[in-house]
Amino acid sequence: MTQIRVTVDGVEYADDVEPRMLLVYYLRERLGKTGTVVGCDTSNCGACTVHLNGQSVKSCSVLAVQADGAEVTTIEGIARDGQLHPVQQAFHDNHALQCGYCTPGMIMQAIDLLGDNPDPDEQEIREGLEGNLCRCTGYHNIVRAVQDAARRMKPGASADTPAPAAVAGGGQ
Amino acid sequence: MIPAKFDYVKPASLADAVAALQQAGDDAKIIAGGQSLLPVLRLRMAAPSVVVDLGGIAELKGIREDGDKVVIGAMTPYYDILRDDLVKQHLTLLAQAVATVADNQVRHRGTLGGALAHADPAGDLGAPALVLDAEMVITGPGGTRTVAAADFFQGLFSTALGEADILTEIRFPKFTGWRTHYEKFNRTAQAWSMVAVGVALKIDGGTISEARVGLTNMGDRPLRATAVEQALVGQQATADVAKAAAAHAAEGTAAPSDADAAADYREHLARVLTGRAVLAAAG
Repeated sequence: MTQIRVTVDGVEYADDVEPRMLLVYYLRERLGKTGTVVGCDTSNCGACTVHLNGQSVKSCSVLAVQADGAEVTTIEGIARDGQLHPVQQAFHDNHALQCGYCTPGMIMQAIDLLGDNPDPDEQEIREGLEGNLCRCTGYHNIVRAVQDAARRMKPGASADTPAPAAVAGGGQ
Repeated sequence: MIPAKFDYVKPASLADAVAALQQAGDDAKIIAGGQSLLPVLRLRMAAPSVVVDLGGIAELKGIREDGDKVVIGAMTPYYDILRDDLVKQHLTLLAQAVATVADNQVRHRGTLGGALAHADPAGDLGAPALVLDAEMVITGPGGTRTVAAADFFQGLFSTALGEADILTEIRFPKFTGWRTHYEKFNRTAQAWSMVAVGVALKIDGGTISEARVGLTNMGDRPLRATAVEQALVGQQATADVAKAAAAHAAEGTAAPSDADAAADYREHLARVLTGRAVLAAAG
């Protein structure tokens, strides 16, 4: 066992873990943060994406011991005061999910992408999400949601987000 | 999929890391960014008894200028390489190759040194290292030595690194003003190269005065396409010249046949991609 100290979604934890424990299992099984999911377990799908010291990583490809001393943010740590993060809200409003399994990773990677490039064009969004697979949507509404989120997150944009569309799937 | 049990050591200095490797013997693995190692451990294709994490040694990370060289610490992640001004100015081929590796999440963690030491023939960093005359600086029980890229790669997942050796930095001469391109072929996003070609051209007054061409996944290690290089030198960078030179791209190669592609298809790809890469580099 190796002791690690990590801050996850703003809360500090000290835990003894087996060195072989993957970060995603530490988050899910030790901390109960099941919002972060395991999709493929082969580093391909990106469903397990979290932020490690502010950068997106696939948490199935990081050992929990490698996160010692680090700050981890998961999908469960991005809403503020009961308000969804603008990227979460944009995914909701743009019907950017069907089964929803890839959504936590998609949103965490989209936030990372917008941090590096606050005003991406469609191609840049598609390339930025290259490491996240969605088997339902065909990606179109995901790309729209990220474009929408970029608009909402621009300096000076209103923090208010419009109410969700009454009818799911209503395109714009 | 859970890796087999292992002991974990995170030394704070290079000397401690070498000592840890010596103590562990032949059953230790170094973890750098872990983006190649962790999938292998999860699949239990490897089950080392000790994993030595280089993440605690600050001196292994970073990019600096040293006279006529650009020196990249082995633990420098791809993400940092892509954003570095020295790389943008002097090592464009390296940046072009790095940009094709995996995806953003992996590029945040994966490191140049880790990729080179892993020596997967389908990896995208070996051919640029060869083309750019990289020197590998290695520290081990016997001290520090430097190995040229041409001597570093010794076969499938095999390098000049000994059991207790650590690749600490990669030194590149500056290729300032060279025209470069890395052309990669794969079938799905984030995939390994089925074949890829890295080209660096020095063009003076429209004539190619020097040419360097490297091949990814056309053998058990990265290769130079010397016949292509010879066919380019002294020529104008035209489509006809590129096509004629690219016809030599598979000469002297030993392409593998596997589930992705047969050897003869890889040879075809090498010719096509070389032609494209030469034209793209010449701009």
